[in-house]
Amino acid sequence: MTPENEGFLDGSLLNPSSKKGNDLHLKQEQRHKVSIKNLDAWFGTKQALKNINLDIKPNAATAIIGPSGCGKTTLIRCLNRMHEMTPGATAKGHIIIDGDVDIYDKSVDPVIIKRRIGMVFQKPNPFPTMSIYDNVSAGLKLNGVKDKRLINDIVKESLEGAALWDEVKDELDKPGIGLSGGQQQRLCIARALAMQPEVLLMDEPTSALDPIASSKIEELVHVLKKELTIITVTHNMLQAARVSDYTAFMYLGELIEYGSTSQIFKTPQKELTERYISGKFG
Amino acid sequence: MHENEQISGNRRKIQDIMLRHSSKRRLMDKIVSALAVVGVLAAIVPLASILLEVIKNGASAITIELVTQPPGAMASATSGGIAPAIQGTLIVIGLATLIGAPVGILTGIFLSEFAPGNGLFPSAVRLFSDVLIGLPSVVIGIVGYLTIVLTTGSFSVLAGAFSLSIIMIPIVVRITEETLKIVPNSIREAGQSLGIAKWKITLFIVLKSAKSGVITGIVLAISRIAGETAPLIMTILGTSLFFSSFTNPVDALPLRIWRLASQPYDSAHSQGWGAALILIIVVMILSMALRLLTQRKGFKVKASHV
Repeated sequence: MTPENEGFLDGSLLNPSSKKGNDLHLKQEQRHKVSIKNLDAWFGTKQALKNINLDIKPNAATAIIGPSGCGKTTLIRCLNRMHEMTPGATAKGHIIIDGDVDIYDKSVDPVIIKRRIGMVFQKPNPFPTMSIYDNVSAGLKLNGVKDKRLINDIVKESLEGAALWDEVKDELDKPGIGLSGGQQQRLCIARALAMQPEVLLMDEPTSALDPIASSKIEELVHVLKKELTIITVTHNMLQAARVSDYTAFMYLGELIEYGSTSQIFKTPQKELTERYISGKFG
Repeated sequence: MHENEQISGNRRKIQDIMLRHSSKRRLMDKIVSALAVVGVLAAIVPLASILLEVIKNGASAITIELVTQPPGAMASATSGGIAPAIQGTLIVIGLATLIGAPVGILTGIFLSEFAPGNGLFPSAVRLFSDVLIGLPSVVIGIVGYLTIVLTTGSFSVLAGAFSLSIIMIPIVVRITEETLKIVPNSIREAGQSLGIAKWKITLFIVLKSAKSGVITGIVLAISRIAGETAPLIMTILGTSLFFSSFTNPVDALPLRIWRLASQPYDSAHSQGWGAALILIIVVMILSMALRLLTQRKGFKVKASHV
C-alpha cells in the first residue's frame, strides 16, 4: 500500500490565501527537499547521467528504478557528492537543498554536505575494528562531538530509529561485525542516522539481505520517512512499489519518467516505462 | 543433423584425450606434491639445524654472570659476560625503531591512501624503497659512518640507530602499503559518507583495521636489524662498557658475537654461542611483547557508555 497523497500533495499548495504567482513558485521550490537541475555526470569520457531534472519531495520515500547501468547509483552518489571521489569521475549541474544551498556550488565543502545527506550502501559495511556502540558514534566522535552524555543519547536514539536497539542494547560493546547481515545493515542505518541527516540515500539496501531482513528494512523506511527524506535505489520493482511514494524510472543515463508510485506502476505515461514495469526488458 | 554429429564427434574426441591424460595427470600430481614436500624440508631442515646447533652450544653458556656482567679480561675462564651487549642491542634497536617505524608507516600510508596510482613521484618512492631493501647492509653502514661518525667526530649510538633505521624503513613502507591496500574500500566509503575528514578516516579507521599487519611489518623489520653486524661495526664501534650516552660508542650482540668468535679461546667461543642464543631469545621476546601490547586493545573494546 503506497500512501499516495502524503507529503507534498497534501493540498496546502492549493491554499487560497497564497495565490500570488511568485509566492506560489517560491513555496513550490521550498517544498522540494532536493531539486536536481541539469545534472550531467561522467566517468572519464563516458557520460553516465544526461541532463537529469528531478525534484524530490520531503518526508517521503522516492525510489529510483531502472535496469543495470541506467545510472541510478551514479545519481544518488552525486546527491551526496561521493560520485567525484571515484578517480576520473566528474559531474556538472545543480543540486539544491531546501531551495537554498546548491551543493555543486564552488563555495560548498563536499565533506559538510555528507553530514546533511547520509548514505547506506548495498553491502553492509560496519567498521570492523569497532564495537556496536563505537560504530554508531563514529561519525559523531570523528566530527568533533565530545559530550559523552549527548553521544549516549544519540546512540540509543539512532539504534531505536533503526529498529536495532532491543536486539543489541545489552551487547553494545560486542564487535559490530559479529551481527547478522540484516542487523549489520540496520547498524549502518543507525550509524547514518546518528549524524541527524535530513536526507537518507539508500543504494539497494536490501539486495544483499534475506527476505525477512529485507522486510524489516522496508518497514523501517516507512517509519523513517516521516522524519527524513529517503531516496532509495532499487532493482526490485516490487520493493519500489511497496515502499515508495514517488518513483523515478531511469534508462541509459536519462530520467524517463517520474511521478507518484501508483501512477508510474498503474498508468505509466511513457512506453519504455510500461515495458520495464511489465518485465519486457531489464 | 550434421551439426549435431559434429558437436558429438568433437565431444567424444575431447573426452578420449582427457581420459588418456587422467592417469598421467594423477602421476604428475604425486610428483609435484613430493617436490613440494622436498622444498619444505629443504627450507626447514637447515633452519632447524642452525637453531639446534645454537641451542646445543649456547645453552650451557647461559649463566646469570653472562647476562649481567661486562666482559672481563680475555682468556680468563670466568671472565665476565655480555651484559653491555644486551643493553646496547636493546637501546640501538629501540632508537632505530623510534626513527624508522613512524617514517615507514607514514610513507606507506602516503603510497596507499594518497597516491595509489602510477604518478611519477609515488612510483619513484616505490622504486627507491625496493632498491633500499636490497642494499647491502655494509654499504648502509658506510653511509652512517660518513654522515654521522665523521661529522660528529665519534662512533655513537645515534650513528648506529640511524643506519639501522635506513634498513628498517623500506621494509615497513612496503608491508604497510600492502596491508593498507587490503583494507576493503567499502570501509573508506562508509567513513566518507559520514562526512569524516580523510586524514581521520586514514588514521582512525583504515590504519586501525590494518593494525596487526602493520605491526607484523615492524616486527619483521626489527628481527632483521637485530642481527645486522656490518653497519654496527662502522657506527657504534663496540665497547666493553655499558651505555653512557647517545653520542658515545656502545656494544651490541651481533658485534660481540663476532668479536668473541674471532678470539682464539674456547671460553670466548662458548660465550659467543651463549650470546647468539640470547640474541635469538631477545628478538623473540621483543616480537611477542610488541604483539601482545598492541593486541590487548584489540577486541576487548570498552564501550564508553554508562
